Amino acid sequence: MSELELTLVFAGVVAGAAPIVLAVLGETITEKAGVINLSLDGTILLSAMVAFAVALETNNLLMGFVFAAVVGAVVAAIVAFFSIYLNQSQVAVGFVLTLMTRDLAYFLGNSYSHLQGPQVVPFPVPLLKNIPVFGPVFFSQNLPVYFSLAMIAWCWWYMYRTPLGLQLRCVGEHPRASYARGIDPRKLQMVYSICGGLLVGLAGATFSLSVKPGWGRPQGAEGTGWIALVLVIFGGWNPIKAATGAYLFSFLQVMGIYCQEWLPTVPAQVFQVAPFPLMIFTLLVMSLAQKESVLNWAENKDRMKSILAFLSGSVPTALGKPYRPD
Amino acid sequence: MKFQFDNTMGIFFRNVLEGLLILLAVVFFTTVILLVSGAPPFAAYYHIFKGSLGSWIKLAQVIQVWIPLTLCSAGLLYTFRIGLWNIGVEGQIMLGAVFTTAVLRVDAAKGMPMLFIGLAFIAGIAGGAIWALAAGYLKTKGGVHEIFTGLGLNFVGQGIILWLIFGPWKRPGIASMSGTELFPQQLWLPLLPALRLPPVGLALALAALVLTAVLLRYTHLGLNLKAIGNNRDAAYLFGLKPDRDMIIAMIFAGGFAGLAGSLQVAGVYHRLVPAISSNYGYLALLIVMLSNYNVWITPAVAFFFACLNVGNIQLPMMLELDSSLSGVIQGSLVLAALAVYSWRSRRKAPGGTVAA
Repeated sequence: MSELELTLVFAGVVAGAAPIVLAVLGETITEKAGVINLSLDGTILLSAMVAFAVALETNNLLMGFVFAAVVGAVVAAIVAFFSIYLNQSQVAVGFVLTLMTRDLAYFLGNSYSHLQGPQVVPFPVPLLKNIPVFGPVFFSQNLPVYFSLAMIAWCWWYMYRTPLGLQLRCVGEHPRASYARGIDPRKLQMVYSICGGLLVGLAGATFSLSVKPGWGRPQGAEGTGWIALVLVIFGGWNPIKAATGAYLFSFLQVMGIYCQEWLPTVPAQVFQVAPFPLMIFTLLVMSLAQKESVLNWAENKDRMKSILAFLSGSVPTALGKPYRPD
Repeated sequence: MKFQFDNTMGIFFRNVLEGLLILLAVVFFTTVILLVSGAPPFAAYYHIFKGSLGSWIKLAQVIQVWIPLTLCSAGLLYTFRIGLWNIGVEGQIMLGAVFTTAVLRVDAAKGMPMLFIGLAFIAGIAGGAIWALAAGYLKTKGGVHEIFTGLGLNFVGQGIILWLIFGPWKRPGIASMSGTELFPQQLWLPLLPALRLPPVGLALALAALVLTAVLLRYTHLGLNLKAIGNNRDAAYLFGLKPDRDMIIAMIFAGGFAGLAGSLQVAGVYHRLVPAISSNYGYLALLIVMLSNYNVWITPAVAFFFACLNVGNIQLPMMLELDSSLSGVIQGSLVLAALAVYSWRSRRKAPGGTVAA
């Protein structure tokens, strides 16, 4: 592969990862506050459909993104409300909403299938785009991509460097303690679920207006939500690590396309489902890496220890167990 | 399963009232959705009704959908009871279908159809159970949450089916989405002549329901599942074996789902098609939730869901709407029910919470 080709590959990786990064960051925020929004896969589709339909009707891309974000926020709010105020299992509600939002997207989007619609145009950053390698890979993209890059840094900074971020982590770790400190865990969990949902909605819009433009059944974003949920675990609930996972996944997707060319004898179906066994395998390795016997074995092996440390992430202690007032 | 006869009338009226409330909310929501999409709501409801209960033939189609839904739901009752989220049920149907097809494709099958259909069912049960065991062991030994393994295995199952249809089992000449070649007629499950329904399938679904009701209510297994589902740590301290019982629950769920896959192949399609599982596994999860994990309500809800699925087929033909409306109705039913149930009681729902 020539250098130009490599640059193109990596530019494709960064562009293709943008919606996944947004979804992963959104879910990381939500889960960091102690709420699991399992509905990601359907939410992404519904917001993708809404984004495309709104952008097409109003001929205004920004409106598409805004409405998609609202859709994501509404779905997340339903999950959080059912869990926090109605005492229902987050997994149950999230799962129902996954199926329902997907069907809703197919049903309402039926008349928008296979239409030509507006698309986000590239917006190379002046000056920065001329940097060799980095310029074409990072700075000749479009606005959603820059937004996703900026959000990674912003999320990390917000979570770990601001007092509000400390509150966010606190309600996910120990809601009762935050309550004692005068913070209402229920309110914060609602707020951060909605914030996370906004980002998930934007992820959907990024699919239908940029990465996989248009609407149809299937749209092409199917399955991404589940991948994003796993990437949050892979990232150990750290926005930077989780986003790294999104780039790795995007890289594997691009590689899959090349592999199909290089290995024409392997059926296409193998490449399509390959991410999913890989996802199970990753989770298995991460789970085993935290087992006591494995940790003891690695006690005197420095390199192994650092690998294990990378693989382990701390689950927000109150994840999935919302605060109940006495 | 609470069959108490004290204060029955009060409970009965409360249930009816709650049911009406749920239905009203769902009808309102669905009507809004239909209006948003520019479709006439009453025409849509009418076509769904007429397309599902309008004639004996339609009713037979509904029952044909009811059979796999009921089988999967029965299996899921075991896993829900012990607190497992067996999302992998969809893939378990697929693997059951694949194993069944493999047996029915054997050349000798034509000679001894009854023997091979029997073998095919056993293979189907085994196929579903193997897929469930994979998720079960990854949960108990590997510590990976069953939602992610189950889901991953669903995608893998779909990949296997597509690969078989387009690769090793492709039709002579051209491989296509229409599936593998039809089995010879001897290998089709016998049908009731008037209704085009396989009595074997009906009998198996009813047997699965009764077996599940008995096992869950009257045996140690049922008690253990419930104890572990309610409080795993306490059950462990009490001398129960949560890991072993989780595997057992998964085998039941996978076996029933695999059997549903067998019936789809041997009794409905007579070949392997890409959409062999038809989302029935995911629907069964909704059915069990909507039934509030009650064995006896499950078949009724399954029947209603089957009506929606079959009636929905009319929408694209009659009103040029997408047929996914049934999914919207079914999902909003479960959501409304969850809201009403939580209002009624603060009882902890099985399935509980997840620490991902």
